[in-house]
Amino acid sequence: MAGMTIVQKILARATGRPSVAVGDVVEPAVDLAMSHENGALVINQFQEVFSGTGLEAKVWDPSKIAIIFDHRVPAESAKTATNQKKVREFVGAQGITRFHDIRGDEGGICHQILIESGYARPGTVIVGTDSHTTTHGAMGAFAFGIGATEMAGVWSLGTIFNVEVPATIKVVVNGTLPANVLPKDLILYIVGKLTAEGANFKVIEFHGEAIRRMPVSGRLVLCNMSVEAGATAGIVPCDQETYRYLRDEAGVSEPIDAVLPDPDAHYDQVLEIDASSLAPQIACPHTVDNVKPVGQVAGKAVHQIVIGSCTNGRLDDLEVAAEIVRGRKVARGVRMIVFPASWRIYRAAMKRGVLTDLVEAGAVIMNPGCGCCLGIHQGALGDGEVALSTTNRNFKGRMGNPKSEVFLCSPAVAAASALTGVITDPRS
Amino acid sequence: MPKVVLKLGDDISTDHIYPGRFMATVLPSETPQFAFADFEFNARLKSGQVPHGSIIVADNNFGCGSSREQAASCLKGYELAVIAKGFARIFLQNSCNLGLRTVICSGIEASEGDEIEIGATEVVNATTGKSFPITPLPKARQAIIDAGGLIAYTRQRVLQKHGRA
Repeated sequence: MAGMTIVQKILARATGRPSVAVGDVVEPAVDLAMSHENGALVINQFQEVFSGTGLEAKVWDPSKIAIIFDHRVPAESAKTATNQKKVREFVGAQGITRFHDIRGDEGGICHQILIESGYARPGTVIVGTDSHTTTHGAMGAFAFGIGATEMAGVWSLGTIFNVEVPATIKVVVNGTLPANVLPKDLILYIVGKLTAEGANFKVIEFHGEAIRRMPVSGRLVLCNMSVEAGATAGIVPCDQETYRYLRDEAGVSEPIDAVLPDPDAHYDQVLEIDASSLAPQIACPHTVDNVKPVGQVAGKAVHQIVIGSCTNGRLDDLEVAAEIVRGRKVARGVRMIVFPASWRIYRAAMKRGVLTDLVEAGAVIMNPGCGCCLGIHQGALGDGEVALSTTNRNFKGRMGNPKSEVFLCSPAVAAASALTGVITDPRS
Repeated sequence: MPKVVLKLGDDISTDHIYPGRFMATVLPSETPQFAFADFEFNARLKSGQVPHGSIIVADNNFGCGSSREQAASCLKGYELAVIAKGFARIFLQNSCNLGLRTVICSGIEASEGDEIEIGATEVVNATTGKSFPITPLPKARQAIIDAGGLIAYTRQRVLQKHGRA
């Protein structure tokens, strides 16, 4: 019998079996169940499950649920504020401890909070009511997005029903990324190669020397955007860098139990990439797989630059941008909006002077959160306007206006373009 | 016989089906008003001109993007069916969980206004006289549908756990 991929091994462990095969239908135990403001809908569905049963609606294990407010913070409307209030009351009543409210000491975007708080651990099963839950695969977890009603099932019983063991695509990245070519460029290139549905129902496992040398912050970018190729999950086998991050940055002191793929695991497809040959990439409207080298669209005028989000709002992303704009000015007619991924990152960037550099150049620093990425508030686009953004989606209407365009790029491309007012290759 | 009321291409995202700015509206009873909110189809839906059982036909990767369940519940509210060459994973799961009818049909050829019959194994376009085989839903999804949706399925499991069923 062939060996198992990392996700097969995690699912075998989570179901108490010696092995699982691709296509098996299993019901793994969930180690962490994450929701954000859409916890309001989960609560509704959860209460619906228990209605008429005569049983008290209690979650299976309040210590394994995490709720982070990030999509609309602070609330942009009375409706959101009321949803947040409902979630806050539920959290208190159920005794959920991993709750991150709108606070400068512990708030931020869910896909950063789970990482920096040490909640996301290697070898675990993590589900979240957010498609970018794939992010947590960077820590060697099997992490995937689910709907609110599925989450109500998890809250009820602690397992995720009817999971088909997914096939895996192995992506091997060797060589060294050139200067000003970042993990974002690598994942945009991969999504372009695989296409928006090329990994649908599959997992992407990342290997190769470029991945081994990449810090957790970069691995998070790769796993975050794996879903843009349709992948159920992205995953990086844990290694010394994972341990370093968990111990030194996330403050984890418990033993860490690694799960690694078998050397003879079967892969559905293998994609090999030479990182040293990559140029900065850009995803053009209106699909994330419409990817080109940035040079092919250089010179196009932009109106809004967005740096941040669960994809590229980490300290090294902000530092790359600050390095480029320091002592210079954002072009007139361009607004540059920055969303750090968490308040911990915000505070670190503040202490290092990164925020000062950005603001003095003309950028606007917003509070950590999802911000304008999904078109709710804090930076909608006008008719015919063009945004260049380090976020992860450029679907028509994504940034609040179907008559606008969104291009996706790295923080280096975004910052270089902020100075010129046109799409610019940061190497030029 | 139900008609095709909307014909769409590849990669129709959840932002297209249910824009993010309406995500604070969560209840299935309230989401239908925002179905395809940025497009003319929204006015047709709200005018009551689209009979229950009407069909949306799309190409590959329908429902890609966000996990927002509103994208499935807003269509379920009008009792639409979606026939697509392929669906994105989370959208397909949400649809099965909520009882939105989804049909995977890789060869589907249909235009707006065509009359369509969805059978057990094939889709028949009565207007063109052509028929197209259906790809069965993943077995894990069919089990949820057979139980009457995920709420009912979960309730049954909770009762079993407490020895009540």
